[in-house]
Amino acid sequence: MDIIAQLFAGLSLGSVLLLAALGLSLTFGQMGVINMAHGEFMMAGAYTAFVVQGVVGDAGVSLLLALPLGFVVGGLLGLLLEATLIHRMYRRPLDTLLVTWGVALVLQQVARDVFGAPNVDVRAPAWLSGAVEIGGLALPRTRLFILALAAVCVVALALALRATPLGRRIRAVVQNRDLAEASGISSRTTDRVTFFIGSGLAGIAGVALTLLGSIGPTLGTNYIVDAFLVVVAGGIGQVKGTVIAATALGLMQAFFEYSTTASVAKVLVFVAVVAFLQLRPQGLVSVRTRSLA
Amino acid sequence: MNDIDLTAADALLGTDTARFRHDYLEVRGLRVEFDGFVAVRDVDLTVTQGDLRFLIGPNGAGKTTLIDAVTGLVRATGSAAFGGTELLGRTTHRIARAGVGRTFQTASVFEELTVLQNLDIAAGARRRPLSLLRRRADPPAAVDQALETIGLTALRDTPAGVLAHGQKQWLEIGMLLVQDAHLLLLDEPVAGMTQAEREETGQLLRRIGSQRVVVVVEHDMEFLRSFADSVTVMHQGQVLAEGTVNEVQNDPAVVEVYLGADAASSDATTTGSAEPVATEGDHS
Repeated sequence: MDIIAQLFAGLSLGSVLLLAALGLSLTFGQMGVINMAHGEFMMAGAYTAFVVQGVVGDAGVSLLLALPLGFVVGGLLGLLLEATLIHRMYRRPLDTLLVTWGVALVLQQVARDVFGAPNVDVRAPAWLSGAVEIGGLALPRTRLFILALAAVCVVALALALRATPLGRRIRAVVQNRDLAEASGISSRTTDRVTFFIGSGLAGIAGVALTLLGSIGPTLGTNYIVDAFLVVVAGGIGQVKGTVIAATALGLMQAFFEYSTTASVAKVLVFVAVVAFLQLRPQGLVSVRTRSLA
Repeated sequence: MNDIDLTAADALLGTDTARFRHDYLEVRGLRVEFDGFVAVRDVDLTVTQGDLRFLIGPNGAGKTTLIDAVTGLVRATGSAAFGGTELLGRTTHRIARAGVGRTFQTASVFEELTVLQNLDIAAGARRRPLSLLRRRADPPAAVDQALETIGLTALRDTPAGVLAHGQKQWLEIGMLLVQDAHLLLLDEPVAGMTQAEREETGQLLRRIGSQRVVVVVEHDMEFLRSFADSVTVMHQGQVLAEGTVNEVQNDPAVVEVYLGADAASSDATTTGSAEPVATEGDHS
């Protein structure tokens, strides 16, 4: 029974990691931008949920409203960052890292100024309170909701990338920028759209996090490292790899935590990822082609 | 190995339309500079429809840079107009949408996308943003015809990255056809192909050249002699000579450049062996 409880805890943690990392798999994985402010886009999504609840009142309605709004808020912040700063330094990853780190600090301070330094709470709707009993095991409804949300986001993103012309354009620009331009595709527009979607997913992740506890200006910093870890371990630019890596990391964390402590578990997960990357630097899933380049 | 299908090519190219009958590429006083190094200077070039133009010259002569300049990948001064539309100063994708298509020195396709998706991207470059979210039921007829033309119908769902080298080069040409490019700038389209593939590609280029404006950068002299209508020779960033294959071959200045250069390039003129992939494209 304990094993099943840990399994669920791991999957649940994995789904949170997945939500945090899914957007990064686009902006970092596909576009190669190290955006340290990705966590702050999550924070912005979380505060969006807080504001919407303040306006709407009803917890259920506000959650359903906050999900698309969080996507838009995160996406617009991303778009703004891309258009003002990031697009000037696509070939300078270290500069991007430092600049976006600075932007992250600014965004945290803005949140502190606007909403105050103490954490705030967003009420979960009544239909998400309590737990579902399955075989004597209590599964919190909020956790189940986040699992489902993560699954929906993954499927939606995978479909968008695979089945729509827009997705093909995104992949085309990632694979060969010059050829995409020469084929009549505006790589600037495609970059912006990609960044909007990736940042928007961070916003959705932030809304989801309000279901798990109180939120504060540093919410994002708790997740950014894990999110990068997931994308790197999963293999750059592969949604499939991100899903597998997030699940694996969640499960490892849960099981290590059960047999040791939270901090030791974290160390063990890091060691495992480092060891894994020594064996397979390209990550779990990588693409092989007969390319000359 | 699938073959080029010229009948499909004819269907795809259509018959001469009034709109494009008088299209021509007109380059005047083109100059490209990289940090003080002048890669292309004072180049004048006029190419009309029905005149399959070959662009040759030793490595570093500026052939690829010229194509890069016309397609907006490198900055240039002077003028390059197609069908009366000035191309310089526009972004690459706008130039592409104005009907100018090009291939790259190393066969460049979207390796992780299927053959069909590659063609679909080229065919859909002018689509409106919102229509990008809808899945198209069937690929347009031009895509099917292009697949027939380049002999890749059976491989339509294969990732382009695993195609044979020659098939990738054909796919590049197919993409230009569905892109509805009316000026095609082909950078070494037969490099690395077998003799049979060269022959087929040459026939296809002839067909395309009769309906479109085509410029081919090529090192293979035998290929050039078989298919070129006219030749422009570049040397050190400038046009050295221009004319029919015979005129150019007997031009003392051209002979001087090729024989005076190292043995490798003189080999290329006399024996018709293809040079290894040139390095001049590395500036861009």
